[in-house]
Amino acid sequence: MPTVQQPAAPAAEVSISAEHLVRRFGDFVAVNDVSFHVEKGEIFGFLGPNGSGKTTVIKMLTGLLPLTEGSAWVEGLDVGADAEGVREHIGYMSQKFSLYDDLTVAENLQFYGRIYSLPPARMKQRIDEIVQLNGLAPYMDRLAARLSGGWKQRLALGCAMLHEPKLLFLDEPTAGIDPVARRELWDLLFELSGHGITFFVTTHYMDEAERCSHVAYIYYGRIIADGTPAELKQIPEVQPAGTHRVEISTPEITRALRVARKIPGIRSATIFGESIHALVEDRYDLPDLRAQLAKQDITVSDIRPLTPSLEDVFVELTYKHQAQLEKTRD
Amino acid sequence: MTDLFRGFGAIFYKEVLHVRRDSATLFFSLFIPLIQMFVLGFGIDTNVRHVNTVIFNGDGRRESRELIDRLTNSDTFHIIDYVASDAALNDAIVGGRARVGIKIPVDYSDRLIHNMSAQVLVLIDGSDSSVAGQAINVTTAIGLDESLRRVLTNRGAMAVDMRPKLLFNPDSRSPNFLLPGLTAILLLNVTTFLTAFAIVREKERGTLEQLFVTPAKPFGLLLGKLLPYFFIGFTELCLILTCMRFIFQVPIHGSVLLLAFLSLPYIFVSLSLGILISSKAGTQGEAMQLAFVTILPSIFFSGYIFPRETMPLFFRIISYFVPASYFINITRGIILRGAGIQHLWIDGLALFAMGTVLLIIAARRFQNKVIMA
Repeated sequence: MPTVQQPAAPAAEVSISAEHLVRRFGDFVAVNDVSFHVEKGEIFGFLGPNGSGKTTVIKMLTGLLPLTEGSAWVEGLDVGADAEGVREHIGYMSQKFSLYDDLTVAENLQFYGRIYSLPPARMKQRIDEIVQLNGLAPYMDRLAARLSGGWKQRLALGCAMLHEPKLLFLDEPTAGIDPVARRELWDLLFELSGHGITFFVTTHYMDEAERCSHVAYIYYGRIIADGTPAELKQIPEVQPAGTHRVEISTPEITRALRVARKIPGIRSATIFGESIHALVEDRYDLPDLRAQLAKQDITVSDIRPLTPSLEDVFVELTYKHQAQLEKTRD
Repeated sequence: MTDLFRGFGAIFYKEVLHVRRDSATLFFSLFIPLIQMFVLGFGIDTNVRHVNTVIFNGDGRRESRELIDRLTNSDTFHIIDYVASDAALNDAIVGGRARVGIKIPVDYSDRLIHNMSAQVLVLIDGSDSSVAGQAINVTTAIGLDESLRRVLTNRGAMAVDMRPKLLFNPDSRSPNFLLPGLTAILLLNVTTFLTAFAIVREKERGTLEQLFVTPAKPFGLLLGKLLPYFFIGFTELCLILTCMRFIFQVPIHGSVLLLAFLSLPYIFVSLSLGILISSKAGTQGEAMQLAFVTILPSIFFSGYIFPRETMPLFFRIISYFVPASYFINITRGIILRGAGIQHLWIDGLALFAMGTVLLIIAARRFQNKVIMA
């Protein structure tokens, strides 16, 4: 496919359009021909191991890092040509929450209001709206340092969206906060996305990835999966024709894993919590499999069919690409 | 134009809030230097005075007592004890009670009366070279003076009469010499530390990263962050000068306004240095270490303690790259010698140039290592 150097501005319903992004640091290719599109109102989950290029892509899309090659459009603006304009329309929240601990909740909000040059009346109105939405009202005069993790994160989100951005980048927004706060944040994201705000979210939590309307998986600077969670679970690399997935419960899980990996016809096997997830060729049905394992003295307490989770998808794809990378290296 | 400095107001206001909240930092940055100043101003006297001295007066007659009076009146010697034996004299010095032991022989008066040369033994503890040097000089001078007086009593005036006159610091007071230099060191300390910390703190919190993705412009960001510390630095300078003038009674011979004006490029250099440090340091601890690295050359190579003229060539070259060298020149020039802009403009210009170069390096480092890293 020929690379188009200057594509026209994307259609109006597209929030982010990344075309063949490349970023090199010297010889190192941090981002390698990355293309994806995020539609308005989507919650786009951007996943990948640490050091795989997630942060670099965010820096490129927010105009902090010049593109080595390719082009990116954010909210209808060319990032390369008008990074300043882009920053007016986006919000950003890092995993550190980036608050001023020694300022009060109100002062933090006011500071970001001033940074985005909101007129005083507008600022007051926006702060009221955000406080209403986030439930921050009882804490307005409290120092940010004295908020719990969940409230800090709500405040950080409030600061990031004070200027009514149409697109919000959330870099691991739920790292290190408790499960209840995590759930509540996601409820809030859904509500906001219902109002047409687009979210670009990075996360390590698979349950969060499952809740995204669109996910992409980046591995060593390349996007290796891109689609809705449902679509990804159907792709042939994950669910090759003639195979199915099973979940095997057994008390001797580590020995069972070693055994399972040696059985021909089991394509792959991984431990998930208390059970083993295996990709099995269709020539084995469940009783066959149980018999095979029993032959090796493995007691199977339960065995049942399984629809792949996103985690299965990413594990599978990562194995495939690791093998490929090693092959090209040899 | 206002767009170039976008974000300035917001950041300036926020920074003032930080300073107000963190009154401990403000206190330490304003008063610790003053305490240092008091310690150095009152505690350190580079002039050797009141050296502990023991005397073994074997003679005891009028001539010997006159000699002792002369030694006492020189202000260099402080007689702590009279002993009666060589061993006790020696012991006083070995034991560290006295730095100088003077033995006047039994026949001192007799020899003088008979116009013979009388020998006075002066034992000096050589472990402190400045004390030893002063003791040698003063005792020799008193000996010479005493001899001349005796030789010349009948013939009137001395042939050559050297009359040294100390300009600008007639009493050789240490504070007059030390404090103008100290001003430069303290000012550098405060402003460099404060700016480096202020920026590194935002790095640690991640708020710097956050600010980069807002429409705030780098100039607005930098200026908003620095200006409060610029004011603190300037306030510090005024405090130090006030204490120097009214508590330590160091007269300011030149124009205070000129001094204030020429301190601006120096504060500018200190702030730029602070930014440079913050571009390198990831934590406040690292910033602290780096700041010390910059402070030390300012103390040793700026002429604050050791005169630049007597340094080996290598260190003298280094001293030209130390901002404090120029500012010490300015403070001593204005405060002690009453120098004017016609004498000092080149120092001011050098500081301004250094500040600009440092700021450019710092800005580039920030662009490459902080924003894009």
